Amino acid sequence: MSIANETARPAVDWRSVEVTRFRKRRYAADRRLQFYGMGAIVIALGLLAILVTSLISTGYSAFTQTMVTVPIELREDQIDREDPFSANWRTILRDSLKKLTPELEASQERDYFALFTNNAQFLVRDQVVKNPQLIGTTVSFTFPVADPVDQLSKGNIDRNQPEQLRRVNDVQIAFYDKLSEQGAISVPFNWSLFFNADSRFPELAGLAGAISGSFWALLVCFLISFPAGIAAAIYLEEFAPKNRLTDLIEVNINNLAAVPSVVFGLLALAVFIGWFGMPRSVPLVGGMTLALMTLPTIIIVTRASLKSVPASIREAALGVGASKHEVILHHILPLAMPTILTGTIIGLAQALGETAPLLLIGMNAFITSPPAGFLEPSTALPTQIFIWADSPERGFVSRTSAAILVLLSFLITMNAIAIFFRQRFERRW
Amino acid sequence: MLTDTTIEKKLTAMANDPKIKMRGNKVNVFYGEKQALFDVDLDVPGNAVMALIGPSGCGKSTFLRCLNRMNDTIDICKVTGDITLDGEDIYDPKIDVVELRARVGMVFQKPNPFPKSIYENIAYGPRIHGLTKTKAELDEVVESSLRKAAIWEEVKDRLQEPGTGLSGGQQQRLCIARAIAVSPEVILMDEPCSALDPIATAKVEELIDELRLNFTIVIVTHSMQQAARVSQRTAMFHLGNLVEEGPTDKMFTNPDTKLTQDYITGRFG
Ligand SMILES: Nc1ncnc2c1ncn2[C@@H]1O[C@H](COP(=O)(O)OP(=O)(O)OP(=O)(O)O)[C@@H](O)[C@H]1O
Ligand SMILES: [Mg+2]
Repeated sequence: MSIANETARPAVDWRSVEVTRFRKRRYAADRRLQFYGMGAIVIALGLLAILVTSLISTGYSAFTQTMVTVPIELREDQIDREDPFSANWRTILRDSLKKLTPELEASQERDYFALFTNNAQFLVRDQVVKNPQLIGTTVSFTFPVADPVDQLSKGNIDRNQPEQLRRVNDVQIAFYDKLSEQGAISVPFNWSLFFNADSRFPELAGLAGAISGSFWALLVCFLISFPAGIAAAIYLEEFAPKNRLTDLIEVNINNLAAVPSVVFGLLALAVFIGWFGMPRSVPLVGGMTLALMTLPTIIIVTRASLKSVPASIREAALGVGASKHEVILHHILPLAMPTILTGTIIGLAQALGETAPLLLIGMNAFITSPPAGFLEPSTALPTQIFIWADSPERGFVSRTSAAILVLLSFLITMNAIAIFFRQRFERRW
Repeated sequence: MLTDTTIEKKLTAMANDPKIKMRGNKVNVFYGEKQALFDVDLDVPGNAVMALIGPSGCGKSTFLRCLNRMNDTIDICKVTGDITLDGEDIYDPKIDVVELRARVGMVFQKPNPFPKSIYENIAYGPRIHGLTKTKAELDEVVESSLRKAAIWEEVKDRLQEPGTGLSGGQQQRLCIARAIAVSPEVILMDEPCSALDPIATAKVEELIDELRLNFTIVIVTHSMQQAARVSQRTAMFHLGNLVEEGPTDKMFTNPDTKLTQDYITGRFG
């Protein structure tokens, strides 16, 4: 009967104006969709470009540092070979600095010495303590100039401004120019940005403490959240009975993933530091706090990837008599692992950029030596950015941007690794 | 009282009868609310090939998957009635499912080799069950399984390559070799040739015929010719009911029911 009806219908003229116009409208919809997508990408890339350009334009100058090279006389009558540490290094340095500029008048000394970083005497001292055979010779030392002079050399200070509005006065500019003429000034790559810890003086401050603090915290975070997340996901996916309690747990895990990180910080402050009496500011506690917020992400990713392993593999393994743990550990988990790793790396990248919980547990302390382990107080990259952003010195402004660039480059690296995993190990069934 | 003794008698008779390998007794299967099998009574003879035929959705796979409790993996699936292997109830809570699945192997409709090397695919089963003591012994099991599955010549030079890199027909024979390697007593095959070309199908059919000497085989198939070629007994399902069961020759020449007649001659299904 229905077949008869079919034949009763007239043949379609696929080229008729009406049908063609209808098809054209569908093509137009295709193009619109594509256009919306492209528009969205252009906007996203544009915003990213603005962010990166502004960071680079303020931050690039922090990647170089103005240095001065000064020959320093290490006279034996001033330094005890047995105990070089307690010599009067301030005098030794100043004597040599004065020699560099013989026309220096007594009234100008203060301004002149302020050209050089405050810690220059200690930098020289530490070198000599390490190499006592230098005593009795004259050695060229290179150390940073003070921050205002650094800004002067980088052209950030307008020499035509009235003197009282500048952070370097006319006398200092004159001395700087003279040193520059003598060839004592150089502007090399700022390695100390990576190898120095924090300092009150921008010209000496670096990210070593923050980078290693972040490293230790992430290591702790990974060691806790990765195995715990996978174990929890396996239990929920493969073993848990399907009942109210399991549903409740599932809802709560999904909720945890959406809890603002500052809440985890408060929790860690109350529990880890308050109840358990763990020390403040240490990467161990930081890592544990970050693990709290990374854990739900890893559980969710792991469950999804366990689920995505095709049932045929599970049945194949069961079919030859594999027991439950063998099915999971020999077949399902290895196939899910690339996705799990990708998700974990993205979770860790998130944790790396997390600031609020670390502020709450005191990882924004002022600490001038990098931590040697996860039990020593330190800062982390985002909290270091936070500290520097709060510092008034001009040198810290560019260093803040530079630190953000460093953090971004770590994030890009981690995400690139995640993409690599995804593409390298992606399986098609 | 009377029924109890009859069942008792039946059970002893069955245990004494070496010909019956597996027996389904009043098997009902439910997927949630939906019932997929209705009171199926079916005996699987030993050292023979039994074919399960019937139109799509009639419950052939469902019955097959009951025989090694593969349905346990489906949460909503409930099985009632009893199914025995050598007289032992396989749905007894005390039964060891791992042992059951080792004794009742399975080959699936879609070839599903592990994404591991060809060697590993075969060696996996013997290894987890601890069937071999030495590497040499394992090598031997791998070779003989691949030989029995008529694929040794094609893969002997590339045992370390992934099993997923083989052609569909080769993969299916690899899966058969994988099932054989565990030395099961029964092999269940769910449309093993549906993804294969005629040549590969012929190879697998030939293989099934040889395997009959050592194993009991239950095969689901949509091809009447295949059922006629490889099986000794045939069971016809329809809408979850077992319509008819008997020697293959009789089923194809002189079936008891009109339904079977119509199905076999291609009038429906
Ligand atoms: N996992 C499942 N969940 C719910 N219903 C199912 C499931 N598997 C099978 N069924 C239902 O059980 C009935 C029998 O299915 P089964 O797969 O056994 O059919 P079949 O005879 O193997 O069919 P085919 O020849 O198409 O493979 C069908 O109605 C099907 O819809
Ligand atoms: Mg089927």
